[in-house]
Amino acid sequence: MKLRFLAAALGATAALPFGAANATDLEVTHWWTSGGEAAAVAELAKAFDATGNKWVDGAIAGSGGTARPIMISRITGGDPMGATQFNHGRQAEELVQAGLMRDLTDIATQENWKEIVKPSSLLDSCTIEGKIYCAPVNIHSWQWLWLSNAAFKKAGVEVPKNWDEFVAAAPALEKAGIVPLAVGGQPWQANGAFDVLMVAIAGKDTFEKVFAEKDAEVAAGPEIAKVFKAADDARRMSKGTNVQDWNQATNMVITGKAGGQIMGDWAQGEFQLAGQKAGVDYTCLPGLGVNEVISTGGDAFYFPLIEDEEKSKAQGVLASTLLKPETQVAFNLKKGSLPVRGDVDLAAANDCMKKGLDILAKGNVIQGTDQLLSADSQKQKEDLFSEFFANHSMTPEDAQKRFADIIASAD
Amino acid sequence: MTGLTRGSARPNQWLRNLNAKIASIPMILTAVVIFVGGTAWTVVYSFTNSKLLPRLSFVGFDQYERLWAAPRWLISIQNLAVFGLLSLMFSLVIGFVLAALMDQKIRFENTFRTIMLYPFALSFIVTGLVWQWLLNPQYGIQSIVRSLGWTSFAFDPLYNSNIVIYGILIAALWQGTGLVMCLMLAGLRGIDEDIWKASRVDGIPMWKTYVLIIIPMMRGVFITTLVIIASGIVKVYDLVVAQTSGGPGIASEVPAKYVYDYMFQAQNLGQGFAASTMMLVTVAIIIVPWAYLEFGGGRKRG
Repeated sequence: MKLRFLAAALGATAALPFGAANATDLEVTHWWTSGGEAAAVAELAKAFDATGNKWVDGAIAGSGGTARPIMISRITGGDPMGATQFNHGRQAEELVQAGLMRDLTDIATQENWKEIVKPSSLLDSCTIEGKIYCAPVNIHSWQWLWLSNAAFKKAGVEVPKNWDEFVAAAPALEKAGIVPLAVGGQPWQANGAFDVLMVAIAGKDTFEKVFAEKDAEVAAGPEIAKVFKAADDARRMSKGTNVQDWNQATNMVITGKAGGQIMGDWAQGEFQLAGQKAGVDYTCLPGLGVNEVISTGGDAFYFPLIEDEEKSKAQGVLASTLLKPETQVAFNLKKGSLPVRGDVDLAAANDCMKKGLDILAKGNVIQGTDQLLSADSQKQKEDLFSEFFANHSMTPEDAQKRFADIIASAD
Repeated sequence: MTGLTRGSARPNQWLRNLNAKIASIPMILTAVVIFVGGTAWTVVYSFTNSKLLPRLSFVGFDQYERLWAAPRWLISIQNLAVFGLLSLMFSLVIGFVLAALMDQKIRFENTFRTIMLYPFALSFIVTGLVWQWLLNPQYGIQSIVRSLGWTSFAFDPLYNSNIVIYGILIAALWQGTGLVMCLMLAGLRGIDEDIWKASRVDGIPMWKTYVLIIIPMMRGVFITTLVIIASGIVKVYDLVVAQTSGGPGIASEVPAKYVYDYMFQAQNLGQGFAASTMMLVTVAIIIVPWAYLEFGGGRKRG
């Protein structure tokens, strides 16, 4: 995949002197490197190349945790790329405040983003002090439980319809030599799984009290104790996963080595790439089948301030291309995420995406933890939950106490 | 003319070797600005609440209080202590024994020496990945022993929180002992042949000669080796990242990784600076008394 982009980029530099006065190279960095993600990003590149410019792919492998420091140090170090992916919310907050990012308000008003972007909280996350600094490209929700139909068939139990049934089915899966719940070793996965359990078990209101209002008393209270109890179950069920990356864990579900995985809807791209069909080969339960609520985090592109006039013009073109209906459909179908516009036709969407669109239409949405918490608090949570999931001698009560401390000190 | 004659009559101390002094100005500046300046800057900013970008708003010792309350930092320190002590001990002992064996005028010494030193030519990342595979229960040592018939054999240090640090230690020793051996061997070669002859004439057993005569004579080599190993221990980072990336959970975290993660992933520079200042203090506590004994307080051992 990457080679082809490189070839295209090389071709572009070779062709440049002979004509094509308006073709500008724009380096775009992102961390979409798994199979499904790479296929999706190729759609963005295609759409941008069609405007007469050249997308120079700057994929950084190793997920956001590895990629973000590289991107930030390039921007703060005075070697900015043309555009870069971030999860919108607070990750780029300080870069904007330091005046390193480009204000997109003029393009946004011209293209009427305020009207077309649904839900509007997406654009709010891009807005700092009344100015828009990023172009949202998709909605990703964390609140999904992916189940392997083959694994449950092998274990001789029915495919569960909610979290409790799943927990009840775990012993049968274990007996058949299947890991009930795949949780990869990267810290953000355990952290994300906990946030999902929180919405599913404690509900939307409690979730907002803890993460939006940072109410440490609620975080130490009985509602959250139930969530930790469920996390304890999840920990027991995840024993024996022994993989690091999320897509390796998803692959365990695809191959039937694991019963299920709590992972965001980006996992869907992997199922699609493996040729599996929603409802037939795998089952998806939004909100773990308990509370059908999804978070509306997602990916967005930020544009560093560049003095080169040609390049800033190309940045503007890219920003508006990203939100074009055709781009939105092509990209999101491959990625398995939901489009940021409510007015596009997703007839080709599969079962799981349709479920997501329904929930979105009903308005059962929450803000993601990336939008609500600073990177610092998220990291502390990651430390806590990666320890909790790996260390079986840590009691849920101890973990909850530490969790409440993190919430109390969160900014 | 007169100035020149007076100068040549009584050379000014500052102007002696002027060319050499001018030539070393860039190096002196680099050392002062980069090392001392960078260190001071880090220490100052560790007292601020800098997040993604450094900013001068002081918060006193808050960052340090948070640091020493963080379970992950405490585990990192513990790991470093266990890893440091054991790797210091084992690499010195194994390195010296290997060197002593190599010194018995054996055949193919060159070949052996090359083999022993080869792991050192690999980077920590490669070493870490190789040992990650070797210690992986599904592909590595455990599965080989099991396929030989011993099916209950279990050896998966990297997936067991209690012993994961030893899994990292094995890889570090495999990589590092070759170098220690070579340094020791060089030291042994520097010992005068006559000492061996004299000890043989006196009928002193070989092990006693090594322990009581040769090792004290190799003091300089031991100190050099110690400094090389110790500095490697404090900065251990890539080995952990390649082998376990801190896991399972946070069981194999080390201080250097805490610094990196909090500075860049958590976008909390203040916390990262506080942690790196603590690392500096630790090193200083070890190095300063030793340096004072070694270089200061009169030149007894010159």
